Amino acid sequence: MKNKNLIAIYDYTREEQTRLLDLAEEFEREPVQNILNGYVVATLFFEPSTRTRLSFESAANRLGARVIGFTDSASSSVKKGESLKDTILTVSNYADIIVMRHPRDGSARYASEVSPVPIINAGDGANQHPTQTLLDMYSIRKTQGTLENLQVAFVGDLKYGRTVHSLTMALTNYKTTFHLVSPGELKLPSYVKTHIKEKDLKYHQYTNMDEAIRKADILYMTRIQKERFSDPIEYERVKNAYILNKELLENAKENMKVLHPLPRVNEISEEVDANPMAYYFRQAENGVYIRQALLASILGVK
Amino acid sequence: MEKTRKELKVSAIENGTVIDHIPAKNVFQVIRILNLDECQEQILFGTNLESKKYGTKGIIKVSNRFFESEELNKIALAAPTASIIEIRNFQVIKKMQVEVPGTITKVVKCVNPNCITNNEQVITRFRVVDKIDIKLQCMYCEKMTEKSNMVFL
Ligand SMILES: [Zn+2]
Repeated sequence: MKNKNLIAIYDYTREEQTRLLDLAEEFEREPVQNILNGYVVATLFFEPSTRTRLSFESAANRLGARVIGFTDSASSSVKKGESLKDTILTVSNYADIIVMRHPRDGSARYASEVSPVPIINAGDGANQHPTQTLLDMYSIRKTQGTLENLQVAFVGDLKYGRTVHSLTMALTNYKTTFHLVSPGELKLPSYVKTHIKEKDLKYHQYTNMDEAIRKADILYMTRIQKERFSDPIEYERVKNAYILNKELLENAKENMKVLHPLPRVNEISEEVDANPMAYYFRQAENGVYIRQALLASILGVK
Repeated sequence: MEKTRKELKVSAIENGTVIDHIPAKNVFQVIRILNLDECQEQILFGTNLESKKYGTKGIIKVSNRFFESEELNKIALAAPTASIIEIRNFQVIKKMQVEVPGTITKVVKCVNPNCITNNEQVITRFRVVDKIDIKLQCMYCEKMTEKSNMVFL
């Protein structure tokens, strides 16, 4: 996978994804390794995303690489009107690999076409965020021992949530059964469902959580955003209908784990945090191992 | 009699390509897609002409130019009904219909206002996912541009 860009999750084959997950496991066992000594990683955040940036920088630091970059474009030459192409070409003189987050859809694909060094997409607008998908897959495999034949429930905003779309598509390679819980106006788009149908997999749709929770091996919660609703009253009603609490978890399977891409608002009440089924903070930790695996394999040292 | 012969002389070409049955409103579009505004050869074109089949039509005749089918297929989005006639020595030697290609470069604008191609100087590229209803998937933002919201560049 040396020099291979990661722009969308499907850029990597199932075998390559497995290799990354295996490598991430190795970094979880031994997180500090001085294998990227002398390498420079650029983190270009044209829009702020503290969580993702810190995770990448932590990954780079634990492998001995140096990190350069900016945290939002307001303080950089981008604000003076520099084109994305010029920024990428300039930075590629200083770095061996570029991690970028950008508010425009398709920006990462374009950057990978002009860049002489490999690009990792850390989010391009509403389009792709493949490292999130990989860390979700890692968390699922780690907690269930496999990615095959699982019952996965997604709850909340399934229409606009790109993490849900990418993970759903990635899981269609693993004979997943999908349980889709959302208000009618935020259902999974048909183009994503098409991918499920093409692989002859099953999906079930619900408007309330109970039944899906009973069946699930993985309960993937998402945030419902206010700006998706034209009617504020409707938002309040919907928001409160999809809150996970301790009582709801009483009917869950023993092996079930709760995932969430974070940050959460109120969709998981804090009383759940202490429950052994709550996995979302560990999930965020797993992001560092996945990003170590990516940096090491794309830079060709693993 | 003299007049008719003169007209024939103007409209017939000795060698070259005739693009017929172009939707009348898209003649200039086709000229632009094929870069004919930079062509040095004799070019004749007409639009809002009578057509038995389509009501009105446009036609373009380019002397001494023969196009690769790849190049001609670029006009398929603007002129899906177009027929191509190659002429040598005043004789029709080849007739064909345009065909929608698998990928479209540079011709159409992406429908997504937040797409990088609408915000930086990036040449648009699309995968054609439906050749009949014309659905184009942007190779950058992955959004679908359909016939109803297609804007030519
Ligand atoms: Zn686009």
